Amino acid sequence: MDNKEMLRASQVRFRYAADLPLAVDGVDMHVKKGEFVAVLGANGCGKSTLSKHFNAILLPESGTVTVEGIDTRDKEQLYEIRQKVGMVFQNPDNQIVATIVEEDVAFALENLGVPPDEIRTRIDDAMEMAGIYKHRHKAPHKLSGGQKQRVAIAGVIAMRPDCLILDEATAMLDPRGREKVMKTIRHLNHDFGITVVAITHYMEEAAQADRILVMSQGRVVMEGTPKEVFRQVDTLHQLHLDVPQATELAQQLRAAGLDMPDDCISEEECAQALASLLA
Amino acid sequence: MIRDITIGQHFPGNSVVHRMDPRMKILLTMGYIVLLFVAANPGGLVLAGVLLAVLYRVSRIPLRLITKSLKPILPIILFTIVLNLFFITGEGEPLVALGFLKIYAEGIRYAVLMGVRIVLLIAGTSLLTYTTSPIALTDAIERLLSPFAKLHWPVHELAMMMTIALRFIPTLIEETDKIMNAQKARGAQLDSGTLRQRMQAMVPILIPLFISAFRRADELAMAMECRCYRGGEGRTRLKQLHLTRNDWAGCVVCLVAFGVILATNLVFQGL
Amino acid sequence: MAAIIRAEHLTHVYGQGMPDAATAIQDLSFEIEEGDFVGLIGSTGSGKSTLINHFNGILRPTSGKLYVAGEDMWANPKEIRKFRFMVGLVFQYPEYQLFEETVEKDIAYGPTNMGLSADEIARRVAQAARLCGIDDEMLKKSPFELSGGQKRRVAIAGVIAMQPRVLVLDEPAAGLDPEGRDNILSQVKNYHRETGATVVLVSHSMEDIAKYADKVIVMDQSKIRMYDTTEKIFSRAPELLEMGLSVPQVTKIFLRLRQLGVDVPTDVYTIPYAVKTILAAKAKKEAQV
Repeated sequence: MDNKEMLRASQVRFRYAADLPLAVDGVDMHVKKGEFVAVLGANGCGKSTLSKHFNAILLPESGTVTVEGIDTRDKEQLYEIRQKVGMVFQNPDNQIVATIVEEDVAFALENLGVPPDEIRTRIDDAMEMAGIYKHRHKAPHKLSGGQKQRVAIAGVIAMRPDCLILDEATAMLDPRGREKVMKTIRHLNHDFGITVVAITHYMEEAAQADRILVMSQGRVVMEGTPKEVFRQVDTLHQLHLDVPQATELAQQLRAAGLDMPDDCISEEECAQALASLLA
Repeated sequence: MIRDITIGQHFPGNSVVHRMDPRMKILLTMGYIVLLFVAANPGGLVLAGVLLAVLYRVSRIPLRLITKSLKPILPIILFTIVLNLFFITGEGEPLVALGFLKIYAEGIRYAVLMGVRIVLLIAGTSLLTYTTSPIALTDAIERLLSPFAKLHWPVHELAMMMTIALRFIPTLIEETDKIMNAQKARGAQLDSGTLRQRMQAMVPILIPLFISAFRRADELAMAMECRCYRGGEGRTRLKQLHLTRNDWAGCVVCLVAFGVILATNLVFQGL
Repeated sequence: MAAIIRAEHLTHVYGQGMPDAATAIQDLSFEIEEGDFVGLIGSTGSGKSTLINHFNGILRPTSGKLYVAGEDMWANPKEIRKFRFMVGLVFQYPEYQLFEETVEKDIAYGPTNMGLSADEIARRVAQAARLCGIDDEMLKKSPFELSGGQKRRVAIAGVIAMQPRVLVLDEPAAGLDPEGRDNILSQVKNYHRETGATVVLVSHSMEDIAKYADKVIVMDQSKIRMYDTTEKIFSRAPELLEMGLSVPQVTKIFLRLRQLGVDVPTDVYTIPYAVKTILAAKAKKEAQV
């Protein structure tokens, strides 16, 4: 086994009840350590269900899920796994437990029985990393959505996880909050080598990832770098997904007979290509 | 607006009383309550009142706040006074006799003492909540009760429930406000009509509120599990409570005061 | 066309007279014409939500006046419900207001409160359901069995069924996937087109505003900073960016192009228009050669 591997799912199948269809239907995928992977897919495609397998909140009906080589069905290692893979969910209000920011950030460490002195240093680090240190004495309900979400992130990274899974963590935020949260995520990925798996509906967020997985009806149907994935505009539209406007514009200009690259995903690339075309 | 309701009655500050260990404050408050019943003589109650006034002064809590906290239980106080007034029979002739109702001197004495006692009791416990945040209170209660956990009492679970309740009260109040507005926008009439109509008008608010609360509980439970929550066993705490020299000093001062108040029993014994 | 909503020096202060009083909107005077599709943008805390809560009398102005269809809204506070039916307000995450046993009954809640006849209620429910893409089978279901996007549509249908002359929506597409977004917004557009109702759409998504709105109001720090046609608003992209707002990605591409020294117009905010503009520029360049 490759020790650079963070997560792996092999032939994973899962359903919520025996009389319901499979929510995850034979997924094979893996995530390498330090990678930033975005998962796209329409609502109900199984991406959230799949993500909950990676810290043993759900266990597969068949197939296996491993976290750094540990099978998630291994009950002995349950807390080891949950410490390695931290989850941040969509609604910031529903994942904050305590009435003061720093106490919430300490929650996981208290559960793990970490000595108080060490909790102090670890939560201070975590709050610095998430950029909410100055709000540490506030009550969570006094914070903005973006700030609350960063409190949730701090509460997770205080466990010093190797991997962070974001289940539409930016969906309820305004553009500014979203930007701050994404910046925090990139910082954690870049500077601390934390593996990131981000489930999102925002194509611009996905465009920042190293790799994109597209899910539909419980399966992984597309996989590749953002350029490779977004190049297939028609396929994505069929899956009821969007592409960044830069990609869309370049594609439509190609269709009109202009010589545009088919893998523009950022505004800068698109502007440069247009400039050389028009100058 | 509903959002304006203040939760708890905590008045943040930095006085000696504010800074005192919450466990010590709870124990001293309990001691004070016992004292009010043991030192049941006019002198004792006057001194107990003086002690409380001094403590209010030290914590910089305005005395008029007491009237605010007394308001909701005023009927109970009046009821107790009236009860004592009419039903305590003393020796000798009644002072006033209105048919079967007779008021004795003894009755007046008891009525006044009882009234003062309840007022002091409320004022004393209010001082505890005014100077201690709900979180610190929860924490202190959990720790004071921790010996009972060995007897399999769900001490940790109770404390956790209180913490979560405190955390979600503001969220749910905000949510209620939102749902009320949404139904008003669909023409709901919440503030007019007969009692029956008003009760019915609450249904479109209560159902979404309950559903939302259940959904939140569900998501919160999952988020807690993700952060390795597994009950109180083996849990450590970020904030340790340590009794400092100041706490002990405060304790000694209060105990001396309690002693003096108790001593009034000897003086007033004959009365 | 006549103004359906007219504000005169509209001001709202939360906690008036308290030490922590906060002015949410300050001295706003503007008109919204009947039949317009207006986008309302501004960062969080700019006063958008406070403003739209005035449109149907959920909030009462601290000072200033608001006229709906020419009538002073607060002339007789007891009559405020009349305006709630005239201006339909869809709040953020409206699916949390659903409470009835069936979708049909829930949509009927508003019309029932209006005191309409059973026939009229049935007719309106059917019409609203059709406009929001809710089929008969879904009407009989419990709203709590539906998916997030479906619930959202039911909630919007519940407001549309009151047939308001003005439909105000606060982030109706928040949290939905791209298909859900398009569904909801095109249904709103349909309602606008079919009934001629005025629509006010609050959104953080500039792409959505660009695609659906004819005019845009820009709010910043309790005031209205701009109010113009969509085209003219997005041609002032640098100012929007300065206010901490974003602009559609195509607009950013054109801004960058101008920085790179290419002579292109600044008012580009949709892809079809961008394609046309580029093709024209290319043709012009070839003609020069």
